[in-house]
Amino acid sequence: MNIIMQIRRIVLISVLALGAVSLLLILLGISPLTIGITLAKGSIFSWLKFNHVLSVWIPLLLCSCGLLFTFRAGLWNIGVEGQVICGAIGATLVLRLDNTGLPPAALLSLALFSSFLAGGLWGALAGLLKTKGGVNEIFGGLGLNFVAQGAVLWLILGPWKRAGMASMSGTDLFPRELWMWIPPGWRVAPAAMVLVIIIFLLTSLILNASQFGLKIKAAGFNPQASRLFGIRPGLVGFTAMSIGGGLAGLAGGVQVSCVYHRLIPSISSGYGYLALLVVMLAGYKVTPVPIICLLFACLAAGSIQLPITLQIDSSLSGVIQGALVLSGLLVYGLQQGKSRGH
Amino acid sequence: MIELADISKNFGKVQALHKVSLKVQSGSIHGIIGENGAGKSTLMKILTGFISKSGGDFFFHSESIDLHSPKDAREIGIGMLYQEPLDFPQLSVLDNFMAGGTDFSPVKQRTILSKLCNSFGFNLDPENKVEELTIGERQQLELMRLIRDGAKILILDEPTSGISVKQQELLFDALRSLKDDGAAILLVSHKLEEIKLLCDEVTVLRHGKIAGYQKRPFAHDKMLQAMFDTLPASQPPAVKHIAGEPLLDFRKVSSKTGRSGLHSVSTTIRSGEVVGLAGVDGSGQSVLLRTAFGLLQPESGSISRFQELETCAFIPADRLAEGLIPGLTIREHHILSKKTGPIITSKSGLEKTRDAIKTYSIRGTPKTEVENLSGGNLQRLLLSLISADIQLILMENPTRGLDVQSAAWTWKHLHARLKAEGAIIFASPDLEEIMEQSTRILVFYNGSITLDTPTKATNYQQLSRAVTGERG
Amino acid sequence: MEVSIPSLVAAILVMAAPLVLAALGETLTEKAGVVNLSLDGTILLGAMSGFVIASESQSVLLGFIAAACTGASVGAVLAIIGVRLGQSQVAVGFALTFLCRDLAYFLGNPYARQQGPQLETLQIPILSKIPFLGEAFFSHSAIVYVSLLAIPGCYYFLYHTRQGLILRSVGENPDGCWARGINPLRVQILYTVIGGGLVGLAGAAFSLAVKPGWGHPQGCEGIGWIALALVIFGGWNPIRVAAGAYFFGMLQLLGIYFQDYFTTIPPQIFQVAPFPLMIFALILINLGHKSRNQKLTGWIKLFSGRPPNWLGKTYKQT
Repeated sequence: MNIIMQIRRIVLISVLALGAVSLLLILLGISPLTIGITLAKGSIFSWLKFNHVLSVWIPLLLCSCGLLFTFRAGLWNIGVEGQVICGAIGATLVLRLDNTGLPPAALLSLALFSSFLAGGLWGALAGLLKTKGGVNEIFGGLGLNFVAQGAVLWLILGPWKRAGMASMSGTDLFPRELWMWIPPGWRVAPAAMVLVIIIFLLTSLILNASQFGLKIKAAGFNPQASRLFGIRPGLVGFTAMSIGGGLAGLAGGVQVSCVYHRLIPSISSGYGYLALLVVMLAGYKVTPVPIICLLFACLAAGSIQLPITLQIDSSLSGVIQGALVLSGLLVYGLQQGKSRGH
Repeated sequence: MIELADISKNFGKVQALHKVSLKVQSGSIHGIIGENGAGKSTLMKILTGFISKSGGDFFFHSESIDLHSPKDAREIGIGMLYQEPLDFPQLSVLDNFMAGGTDFSPVKQRTILSKLCNSFGFNLDPENKVEELTIGERQQLELMRLIRDGAKILILDEPTSGISVKQQELLFDALRSLKDDGAAILLVSHKLEEIKLLCDEVTVLRHGKIAGYQKRPFAHDKMLQAMFDTLPASQPPAVKHIAGEPLLDFRKVSSKTGRSGLHSVSTTIRSGEVVGLAGVDGSGQSVLLRTAFGLLQPESGSISRFQELETCAFIPADRLAEGLIPGLTIREHHILSKKTGPIITSKSGLEKTRDAIKTYSIRGTPKTEVENLSGGNLQRLLLSLISADIQLILMENPTRGLDVQSAAWTWKHLHARLKAEGAIIFASPDLEEIMEQSTRILVFYNGSITLDTPTKATNYQQLSRAVTGERG
Repeated sequence: MEVSIPSLVAAILVMAAPLVLAALGETLTEKAGVVNLSLDGTILLGAMSGFVIASESQSVLLGFIAAACTGASVGAVLAIIGVRLGQSQVAVGFALTFLCRDLAYFLGNPYARQQGPQLETLQIPILSKIPFLGEAFFSHSAIVYVSLLAIPGCYYFLYHTRQGLILRSVGENPDGCWARGINPLRVQILYTVIGGGLVGLAGAAFSLAVKPGWGHPQGCEGIGWIALALVIFGGWNPIRVAAGAYFFGMLQLLGIYFQDYFTTIPPQIFQVAPFPLMIFALILINLGHKSRNQKLTGWIKLFSGRPPNWLGKTYKQT
């Protein structure tokens, strides 16, 4: 597809979605312009606010990278939320260890590795349910989400409860030396930024330019025929689920070690589900993902200002995101229908 | 009753039908015969309103009518019996009988069904699920439904493929009695025998045009002449290699997959052989090929591979849907099938792909996505993906949907690459192809091998009897 | 709280009423071969619109009608993009889930935590006086009766009417329907809209009867996913699907009772526990069927449904 077509599609999607949302706002007597300015002010007009955007962008991009693997394999990994939570638990487990004698840097690295492992296991479990048990991955993943949510609540209110009184606000903060280094005036850890960029480049390399990526694609596009090429689609799908889960877990690990410095019940912040929307809007392609993540992160970060300055519910950002994805699907559908007609 | 005048149909640049004219009288059976790809199915789709014609006129009782949808065709009493029954396997026989009808009263419809069953000598339990029926029984059910719906013009597409001899007799009796009641019947087939048995007149299609028309009594040779450019030479190929060591051994292999499954099949494939699997589609050939390749696991029995036979190649009948991966390019297919490094650069596999495109004259570039290739090109691509060290090639309907040239090229290529230590096993519903290309023939009927013979030792008559389940 | 069996049954019937409606709506849609994944969002949007309209008009009936229309509109969007334009129904449904959820929170914000009308209990004369049964079955709000009647109604419609047969045929083989003069796309669109309407009704059943009021969160989050799972593991059979809904209602109720008994365990655990328990109970049943697949006895066969052949696939008319 040529670039002009691409740009036309992007413009069409944006006009459709933003037009619909603006219309809704006008009907409610709210000026879309004011909303736009508030959102921009809350996201990109100051270094501090932009830092907040980046702190959303990092876990969102990590989850999206994971989903790129599973979508490529033709699987709906709805269990991302649970995988993020498991990753967070995995990281907390390491960071709560006493008397390891390890230097903080090593412990932090170990925590991130553990979060990758924990998320990967959770993803693998959904993959196993699918390949061995024949349970639709959507419901397997959903069930595992509920389980992970229950597990994190139990840990926070039970074994890992705050000194003194269990609280829904989370576990005790980790000792200061186990906080990922953040430069003064920043809100995101440079280490996390570097990590997420490397992960994205690796994802891009594996999916677009490797034998393994091609195998995932083949197994996803036509599992039956892929067997004729010596590919085992079940195994490939399982691997993709594990990698996808691992990357989502890493997002959870980053949230624990770089942002909250403790485990909280809503540690996933819905980034897993949001990432599903990101990848769908990207048309399951790798390249647009970081840009869409940034846009969604701006919306999410900017919307925090809405209730404060305009007394409007922050879920408006979700409405805009959903409208974008839906109009994306609508435009794809219309264009496909048109090209079929010729 | 109905008349087609100069009907044409274009699909893009391809002309599938060119000025086809024919008449079907009420109280008669009109046969349409032709090779695969002659335009028979396009003609039927136009008559049933699934697709609309590009040119020409359709007359019903001398009145020009346009059919825009199957609903229009139904309303003037056109009913079609599809080769693969268009029914609802998970629903009951009675539900299927009622589906699409205007009347929904199970008690009444059950009586109508049992009356129709009695009058044709069919035996169906209204409570059974349709998926538990044989193809022949599903056909009977569809036929009765069409009659209940008041179909006066019946179109049948290869109605005898996949059904038993007994069912065939029942069907023919039913058709004769419908004809006597004044129905107009259009019978599409490639079996000359049944055309001769049933039809009053016959039209031969070739390459989308009318190539011949005859009334009773039919001249067999003229019909063949019209169907094929030249009479098929039923000469078996020169045996290139003498059958040598065993390559593949099936011992009492049984399977429940497919229309008929496999029932305790035992046979040995030896090097140098070209084995043709004959039989009506779905009699077990496909299951055997897939089991041999390892796509299906047998329920019981064993398959042993001899010598250094580690790999074999399988080319399924539905080349695009089952053999290739739509969405991937020609080059990506070559990368997948050959061992390249873990990282794909802009050069990986490019040289090999270009070579293959040239040697196999595939109309495309390395960047062409496979779903944009036509049937012949798909087959050549699949052949080009088989690496030179593969000894055993398994093919399902190797020339299905190919034009004469592509088919000839395919076989020339296959025979040329067959080495003394290799073998080819192929399935084909086309007996002429089997006779011409194979050195040994296995005939499948209902999941069993009913005849195993060197091609030299058999003839067309014996084979066609074996295929339809007659013994001796 | 006094625990007696009739009051327990009555409570389960109330708890499960919205779930029954949503799951039956989805059963209709899926039987026609369409997957509407947006249930969780649609229920919330229905709950919000039902509550808002009922509050503004002071008419509970108008609230229910508004909720049903809301759900039907969501179904219509899915039908246009996922059926007519042939995009992945899972993708569209998923996007709709989140769009509807956030739209509900956004639009409903001014009405959060406000007093609003709710459905009153409707004692059925005479019947409600029957000991035991009267308390269990005949002293409920209207929507509970609707949910109870919907089960045999749905079953009768699917298996004993001509339209029901058409619906099932389309989900089975749209080509076969087209050949019989039925327009499968039209049927699919119709039942996506009707099914969506029932799901919307389920939302209002929450906000106007079972968990009256609106808020962020409303308290019915997650139910949509349970309803979806019920349809699949209930084998697309309305009776079994409804049975699953009552089982879930029972789990939720047990959670509430246990909360009072086991004070050492944090109450949040009991609120969340029914969800994973339900999904895994369903998965276990499913796995149980699979392992005995070789020799399914007639009895087990009765309890293992197969999906409609065309479920979720796009039908392209030629």
